[in-house]
Amino acid sequence: MTVLKTSLSKDSDAFKANARHMQGLVADLADIAGKIAMGGPRHAREKHLARGKLLPRDRVSTLLDPGSPFLELSQLAGHGLYDAEIPAGGLITGIGRVSGHECMILCNDATVKGGTYFPITVKKHLRAQEIARENNLPCIYLVDSGGANLPNQDEVFPDRDHFGRIFYNQATLSAMGIPQIAVVMGSCTAGGAYVPAMADESIIVQNQGTIFLGGPPLVKAATGEVVSAEDLGGGDVHARISGVVDHLAQNDAHALMQARRIIGNLNRRKTMSLEIREPRPPLYDPQEIHGIIPHDTRQPYDVREVIARLVDGSEFDEFKKLYGTTLVTGFAHIHGYPVGIIANNGVLFSESALKGAHFIELCCQRGIPLVFLQNITGFMVGRKYETGGIARDGAKMVTAVACAAVPKFTILIGGSYGAGNYGMCGRAYGPRFLWMWPNARISVMGGEQASNVLATVKRDAMEARGETWSQSAEDEFKKPIRESYEAQGHPYYASARLWDDGVIDPADTRMVLGLGLSAALNAPIGESRFGVFRM
Amino acid sequence: MSRHFKKILIANRGEIACRVIRTARAMDIASCAVYSDADAHALHVELADEAIHIGPSPAAQSYLMADKIIEAAKRCGADAIHPGYGFLSENADFAEKCAAHNICFIGPTADNIRKMGLKDEAKRLMSLADVPVVPGYLGADQSPENLLEEAQSIGFPVLIKAVAGGGGKGMRRVDDATDFAAALKAAKREALGAFGNDHVLIEKFILKPRHIEVQVFADQHGHAVYLFERDCSLQRRHQKVVEEAPAPDMPLALRQRMGDAAVAAALAIGYQGAGTIEFIVDVANGLKDAPFYFMEMNTRLQVEHPVTEMISGEDLVEWQIRVAAGEPLPLDQGDLAIDGHAIEVRLYAEDPARDFLPASGTLQCFRPPLDEDFTRIDTGVREGDAISVHYDPMIAKIICWGEDRDAAISHLQRALAQTQIAGFATNLSFLQKTIDHPAFQAVDLDTGFIPRHIDDLLPSSEPASPSMLALAALGIIAQRSHEAAAQTQKSADSTSPWHQNHGWKANLPALEHHSFMDASGREQRIAINFNKATGAISGVETGDHVLSAELRTSTPDGGLEIVLDGQILRATVRVNQANVHVFAQGSHCQLKRMDTHLDSDEEADGPGVVAAPMPGKILDLFVAVGDKVEKGQPLLVLEAMKMEHSLAAPKAGIVADIPIKAGDQVEDGARLIMLEDDTPS
Repeated sequence: MTVLKTSLSKDSDAFKANARHMQGLVADLADIAGKIAMGGPRHAREKHLARGKLLPRDRVSTLLDPGSPFLELSQLAGHGLYDAEIPAGGLITGIGRVSGHECMILCNDATVKGGTYFPITVKKHLRAQEIARENNLPCIYLVDSGGANLPNQDEVFPDRDHFGRIFYNQATLSAMGIPQIAVVMGSCTAGGAYVPAMADESIIVQNQGTIFLGGPPLVKAATGEVVSAEDLGGGDVHARISGVVDHLAQNDAHALMQARRIIGNLNRRKTMSLEIREPRPPLYDPQEIHGIIPHDTRQPYDVREVIARLVDGSEFDEFKKLYGTTLVTGFAHIHGYPVGIIANNGVLFSESALKGAHFIELCCQRGIPLVFLQNITGFMVGRKYETGGIARDGAKMVTAVACAAVPKFTILIGGSYGAGNYGMCGRAYGPRFLWMWPNARISVMGGEQASNVLATVKRDAMEARGETWSQSAEDEFKKPIRESYEAQGHPYYASARLWDDGVIDPADTRMVLGLGLSAALNAPIGESRFGVFRM
Repeated sequence: MSRHFKKILIANRGEIACRVIRTARAMDIASCAVYSDADAHALHVELADEAIHIGPSPAAQSYLMADKIIEAAKRCGADAIHPGYGFLSENADFAEKCAAHNICFIGPTADNIRKMGLKDEAKRLMSLADVPVVPGYLGADQSPENLLEEAQSIGFPVLIKAVAGGGGKGMRRVDDATDFAAALKAAKREALGAFGNDHVLIEKFILKPRHIEVQVFADQHGHAVYLFERDCSLQRRHQKVVEEAPAPDMPLALRQRMGDAAVAAALAIGYQGAGTIEFIVDVANGLKDAPFYFMEMNTRLQVEHPVTEMISGEDLVEWQIRVAAGEPLPLDQGDLAIDGHAIEVRLYAEDPARDFLPASGTLQCFRPPLDEDFTRIDTGVREGDAISVHYDPMIAKIICWGEDRDAAISHLQRALAQTQIAGFATNLSFLQKTIDHPAFQAVDLDTGFIPRHIDDLLPSSEPASPSMLALAALGIIAQRSHEAAAQTQKSADSTSPWHQNHGWKANLPALEHHSFMDASGREQRIAINFNKATGAISGVETGDHVLSAELRTSTPDGGLEIVLDGQILRATVRVNQANVHVFAQGSHCQLKRMDTHLDSDEEADGPGVVAAPMPGKILDLFVAVGDKVEKGQPLLVLEAMKMEHSLAAPKAGIVADIPIKAGDQVEDGARLIMLEDDTPS
């Protein structure tokens, strides 16, 4: 294989400045993640602990095989989204290894608004189930939630992708043979009661977990019956009398041990259809990516410098290296798994789009997972290109991306603008996972272009009416547009809304991809059938 | 007429069986072991040339079955039986049976055993032979009134002892006449239970006694010698813990007087073979010119015989075999001399902190010190073996020899520091503290030593040091890595990064916490930091300590080398779900893991379940279903490991269920009594 050579000078001022800048972004991300990982407010955590419960993140780590990685999803969900702080959207989700199996873990955080479901919580829960469905991952629900957040009921309850979808998913996932395991470690009220009830196998913690359709206050209001939560739907009731749960645990740690045992008894075995090699680290330190990405987004750089720090042995066999050079395509291995990499190295032209479509077809025919490194301002515009049929060639690439049934992984390493987002497997194109670097930006176009376009339209209209528009007035007009695009295109803004699966340190990209690839291999790689390519 | 044995059957188990096999092998005599169900894979079975199954695990159905032993001996064609100690070793009927089947019993004659077996008879005989005996009452009138009168005439304090007893059973010290009746009743009950004979004797209780015994040997030709003395003053609950030879500070004249008395005692009854005359020496005014009294004669090889072997250079088992074969004593008294000093300690499965409560279980870790020049290890178990509830809980004897007593102590200190053992409570640290004790080193010895210094000898309850916590946590991680490596190889996706185990998390530090309960009873937390890029351990944080840390090497069997804040530490760390055992710098630190949940099948057992803490027999039940009980109220008595344990109510409540009845044999963890809350209706 071809070993990528680096032309990076780690002593250069540019490298140092870039690294400093990116490390600032990464530090900010770690800082926010650290705060999110604390969970709810201190008094809520203390109350939680005083009840003898483990904090949600400790529940997750106790459930996992000791020391094994945890690929957390949507860590920034709800960040700055509501008036109230909803760390991690009140629900921790992620993939972790339990008794040797990669599982999807969904863990309510009762220290955050009682674990109630805000609209973003519902979206996050459904996204985790979607990942479980696509990758054939057993689901473990660590339930401790008051159910739907009542003040937000209109955005939580009625629509297709609202609360009810959780249970629809449990039923249909189970039907697909994807195990659904629930551990009731706190409240499980109203709709939430269906999580354990719909599960294949369920556990409840004695004197801690409760399950009921209507809690004691509702029962009293409805029928006048006065009953304690424990007598209405405690562990003993459900394990010994109602049969709503299958196992009664003494405490959190015991329940999680039981869950591990259930997973250990699933009788599942991963079947691998890929030819896997012995993993080797890249020749160059992934940390150096920090110094590659220019501080000034308009400055070009060779994306091969990034690839050289992601792939095994920095070995990359390029496809059509000399054709459509603004798109880099080629074969490599990540943690031993074969991948086809598609990376932007400039604006997309017809040739690059054709090359991309061709390469995607190759990977699909060979069953090789695809990795998109997205840094794209869009397809080339202008008369020459429109008449050359760039829309037709772009459509070919979009069709190929949309129909590719191999596991797709997208990393937004820079800009993600316009139709470039589509051709490079944006969220709408169903990548198994989509991650953003903290320097990335996502919007229909850049803030500068958007403000220019809007200003041009306005100036043309004003001039048609014979009015004049001063330069300073135009600048005044453009500034809020630019600012709004900048704010809304920011990774935190995107991630808070679940346009991605998380923002990651570029240096972690290789690990995140390795974990994602391995998780994706729990599902068989499907045959791709392509739609009509416009010729 | 002497003969040469072709094959010896060893009617015993454990370390003494292994010990006898060793000498038999050296003498070109084949050995045949016997074994119960529990011992099918025991070390003595492995070492012997052949082995014969003799019955179920309880000794009463195997090692104590004289007929089965004789049958086994005939089956394997043994011409002699070595009884070891305990079991049938002092059973005159068995000795007779051997003779009747024309098998040589390697030990004294049945008549010797009988004469010394009953303590009052033995003392009477000794008095006749002018061997001094402790003032006491040995009469047949066992009425409590008479015994009290006798006790008063001897003068308190007195000791009540079972006539047929040994090993401290049926023995009571009484300081005052008012306590006499109750103590007598208890002693008689114990004696009846243990020996089927409730006769007791009363004797003067000596205030500062040293237990000094003399090893004697007599052949079939009327010759007897003594192989000097052993000091076994360090005892707990009348069981020897530390034994040494010669007795420290022993004046030559006293040694000779005691030795002559011992030989006279042996000759008085026409003794044959190895025997021990136990004397009690009153050292209230020092050892010089101290009065000594005959206590009893043990008509067998003693547990502590190795110290005599190490100072005399003689193999006492070889002597036993030669004498039994009719040979004359290998040496005359004048040929015997003391060389140096030897000390033996007995490593027991027991918990000194819980009044030496016997323990049982699997030896998860057992690495005795190296058997080398100055150190001898006599054991019958290996790592992975079980210490069974059916037999004596002794794990090993560790014996060290030195030019003098100080050298022997120093070798023993090092040997004990090297000893690694885990799986259940042991007296290892207790032994270390005993040997280290200034009073022991200064020869301030008497049988009250252990009770007097018990506070100094019990395991320390100091908080675990940061080094110990770091070794424990890194040991857990190292073991996990070894296990993971084995697991990973079996995986279909064996190179997956999901197999990594250094706590990687997106955007969060790779950090893991461990929580332990140390000897101080406090929870100690430690956090381990990993370098996310390399996966290597980079540091630990515990309490106020933030230390750099590196895991240098680790082996699958628990060997560990770490660098903590620049200091290289080597240790053996054994990990199981419940505990971590750290053996480092000559000490053992047990840490209870607070962050693991034991993998039990019990679903939601509240505190209302009283379970058996160990296997045993239900002796007595104090409550019935429906009874209301208070917290701490005794519920039943469980007899286990030859001791009675009272189990109390863990909380107040109503007895809901008793799935057992008195007399039942129960397994460890069996549910005995279920309590439910007493809800006022």
